[in-house]
Amino acid sequence: MSVIMEKLQKKEKMTDLMARFVSLVSYKLPDDVENKLKELSEEEDNKLAKIIYKTMFDNQKLAYELKRPSCQDTGVLQFFVKCGQNFPLIGQLDSILRDSVYKSTQETPLRHNSVETFDEYNTGKNIGDGSPSIFWEIAEDSDKVEIYTYMAGGGCTLPGVATVLMPGEGYEGVVKFVLDRMTSYGINACPPLLVGVGVGTSVETAAMNSKKALMRPVGSRNENENAAKMEKLLEDGINAIGLGPQGLKGSKSVMGVNVVNTARHPSTIGVAVNTGCWSHRRGKITFDSNLNYEISTHEGVTL
Amino acid sequence: MSKKVLTTPIKDEDLKEIRIGDIIYLTGTLVTCRDVAHRRLIEEKIPLPVDLKGKAIFHAGPIVRDLGNENYEIVSIGPTTSMRMEKFEKEFIEETGVKLIVGKGGMGKNTEEGCKNHKALHLVYPAGNAVYAATKVEQIREVHWKDLGMPESLWVCEVNEFGPLIVSIDTEGNNIFEENKVEFNKKKEEQYELISKQVRFIK
Repeated sequence: MSVIMEKLQKKEKMTDLMARFVSLVSYKLPDDVENKLKELSEEEDNKLAKIIYKTMFDNQKLAYELKRPSCQDTGVLQFFVKCGQNFPLIGQLDSILRDSVYKSTQETPLRHNSVETFDEYNTGKNIGDGSPSIFWEIAEDSDKVEIYTYMAGGGCTLPGVATVLMPGEGYEGVVKFVLDRMTSYGINACPPLLVGVGVGTSVETAAMNSKKALMRPVGSRNENENAAKMEKLLEDGINAIGLGPQGLKGSKSVMGVNVVNTARHPSTIGVAVNTGCWSHRRGKITFDSNLNYEISTHEGVTL
Repeated sequence: MSKKVLTTPIKDEDLKEIRIGDIIYLTGTLVTCRDVAHRRLIEEKIPLPVDLKGKAIFHAGPIVRDLGNENYEIVSIGPTTSMRMEKFEKEFIEETGVKLIVGKGGMGKNTEEGCKNHKALHLVYPAGNAVYAATKVEQIREVHWKDLGMPESLWVCEVNEFGPLIVSIDTEGNNIFEENKVEFNKKKEEQYELISKQVRFIK
């Protein structure tokens, strides 16, 4: 078989696997999220909140059985890719991911969410100019690729915000910025939320960090001691506000707070918040050079 | 306690005793209606192609499977953020005589007034539970304004014991989210004071 033929076949195979993976993410929550929701519901004693949690578990069971998107808003897809320099389909990956979204949209089906900006029309395909979003990192001396797939609806995308503080405002300013967002937009973002906080120099570094924070497992802690301390303080603090599921009160507000930080300019503190709703549909799949895959977020699931 | 089920057409007296925080279920006609449909009726003065008097609307953009020959099936249906429709909802209630507005999150002063003056309710269906909701839709009877795309079209659904629906604004204009917000903001200030003392990492 010619080298070109072999590459085409591999490309087709990976597109097919990724399409099935995207579908899986739409109807099955990752293990860390499922476990945390169970834990939160067991701690709950508010009557209304208990009914809402029960609806959530019934829904997830039905979604998995019927293989349907558990929430109708399947978002505009985002992929966070860490690609080895020697992964054989490195140059084809953008088109593979784009095609996989289109394929999954037809097959699952997913909702058509891609609207061309300024021209203001829905493409009807769930892909558009620059969507899905694909964010790249290259890994040295590796022939594998790690792909986080993320499906966020409009509700939990709306609280997203970034700003640059003066150093005089300190980390106290970061705390205020995060808390204010919780009692305004957070209520509508379908709590219990996973809160991603990004700290860096500028709006785009902070924003990217805050989104990466949402890819980190629920219950994980930042390696930096102070950052980990702030995660815990914010988590306990937001929980004490008692937003409850759907913002209708309850004993807790969040699944957790994850902080991702990068070094900053001495005169600025960039900070951003991104939230994941309770239906935090993300999945991580890793392919080796022969396209054998491993799904680390959904144990025991095959495509 | 027995399950409180409202059946369309709904009359003023059916809603009289219902208060914020109550849970109800809906049987009858539920029409999806979002941003552009509201805008068309109120701003563009284009009449809605469906009579909503005594019925219910759903701030929702569903996933629908086209089965051909004008037959459709709801795959997944759940609420979207109701606040987006706040600008139009008071007039929308006045114009249409709609009795139930189902959505997500709270709505504001205009909707409170609309609900009070015209005896209507705003209700929250717990968001993200779109397959559970889909199983309560017995059929899609009609669809209108398909030019708006799948999420924005008016899908006229017949539902059976659709819920749980949590009353967020009642016919006296009480608003559960506004009441909660006062408490949330107070607690937020307390937490800010507590946390800010412990994050003085810049010495």
